[in-house]
Amino acid sequence: MKLRIDHVFKSFARDGASIPVLDDIDLEVAEGEFICLVGPSGCGKSTLLDVMGGFMKPTSGTVTIDGEVVTGPDPRRILVFQERGVFPWLTVEGNIAFGLSKLPRAEREARVAHYVRMVRLEGFEKSYPSDLSGGMKQRLQVARALAVNPDVLYLDEPFGALDSVTRLIMRAELMRIWQTERRTILFVTHDIDEAVQLADRVVVLSSRPAKIKDILTIDLPHPRNISSPRYLELRDSLLDKIGLAYSV
Amino acid sequence: MKTTTRPKLWEKAVWPVLAAALLLAAWHYSVRWTGTKVFPSPLSVEKGLAGLVEKHVLWSDIGDSLRRVAIGFGLATLVGVPLGLTLGWFPVVNQVVNPTMQILRPISPIAWIPVAIIFFGVGDRAAIFLIFLAAFFPIVVASISGVSSVPMIFRRAGRNFGLSQTQVLARVVFPAALPQILIGLRLALGVAWLVVVAAEMIAVDSGLGYLVIDSRNSGKRYDLVVAAMLVIGVIGLVLDIGFRRLEKIRSVRWGFRHEF
Repeated sequence: MKLRIDHVFKSFARDGASIPVLDDIDLEVAEGEFICLVGPSGCGKSTLLDVMGGFMKPTSGTVTIDGEVVTGPDPRRILVFQERGVFPWLTVEGNIAFGLSKLPRAEREARVAHYVRMVRLEGFEKSYPSDLSGGMKQRLQVARALAVNPDVLYLDEPFGALDSVTRLIMRAELMRIWQTERRTILFVTHDIDEAVQLADRVVVLSSRPAKIKDILTIDLPHPRNISSPRYLELRDSLLDKIGLAYSV
Repeated sequence: MKTTTRPKLWEKAVWPVLAAALLLAAWHYSVRWTGTKVFPSPLSVEKGLAGLVEKHVLWSDIGDSLRRVAIGFGLATLVGVPLGLTLGWFPVVNQVVNPTMQILRPISPIAWIPVAIIFFGVGDRAAIFLIFLAAFFPIVVASISGVSSVPMIFRRAGRNFGLSQTQVLARVVFPAALPQILIGLRLALGVAWLVVVAAEMIAVDSGLGYLVIDSRNSGKRYDLVVAAMLVIGVIGLVLDIGFRRLEKIRSVRWGFRHEF
């Protein structure tokens, strides 16, 4: 077991009242597993990522990775943000090398070159983020995260700000990277198709306070045929679990 | 025929030159038609300027003024930027210091002249102190607001990659706040250039400010007064243009709007 969320509760104090956000979240994630967290917007998905990343203490309960309790942020688990997460004052190379300052120069350069290739940003090494498209910036953010060799990646709606075509391409890219690097990934999204295309298991959260409503195992091999009957069946059942009607 | 073509280079130059020429003409004819014997015409200002250059006083006055601004502004940068970064980083400290600073800030550096003379006597150091004061507050304020407007997401990314507090400050907060700090520095340099003239009128006997007041006091040479004023204006413009070039540096350019 790679990651274990053990009865995590989280509430915020606001105007003297305690507002519950996470309600008894309990989940086990295997090494190398790809988990998607879906739920209505504002339900507390990002709060859950904050707790798992060590940016926020749970009110009660614990998160453990490899048996070690998470108490603060750590390069062994990197959070990738929706947008504007890359540093605009650094070049592509500078961003990827950001977490590598402790490495000897030669090794750092080799790693940067490796991840520039992996996210297909060759030729843009010296470019600044302001010269990159939205999709390239997100690829850069993923490269910066992978470069420090984390055990776990948390992605918080990483493609949410991209147009729909770029989003499809990015999913394929992420799948390719995940299949070569095999990290444990927790991916927050509110896009049903995204979840069914990417995940091994989809965790469905309720509206606030977030509870785990259901967990759906996606037993489809990659690459997934998004018009196969089984895919559509899983997608419909996910829609159903979220509580949406079949017709819009 | 296109109407949206960009103005050509000569077109961009022609109109401003024409505007300046019109102003000069208006000045010239106003002096002639009113028959004033006190206020100089553009031609006599030009002669006065040529005289100043010939006697080599102009260059040393320019040098003195620039030196005072460089020292005063430099010190204000060295003290103001780290102080502003610290205050922005520790909002609790800022809350304690801010009210005092807000009272001191609107006091014109000119009002400090008597105090400066008590502290430093009549001389270079008093003038430099005034320039320091003038530049100090815009720099501190810009640095504080620069730090506090750094997006949370950057600080968190910094912590996520295992940086200590000081490393986050140096490697994330400072570069993220740098464009705003540069805006403050540019503002401060403009104010410093305004104040050096005032300071030199009272506290010292060299520099462009002294040239203005001395030209008036010793023989009412208003041609030299106006000549010195024009020199002050041109140097101020050159300083500003020079500073704006810093905004084009790649690692800060993202923080400025640029039209292409």
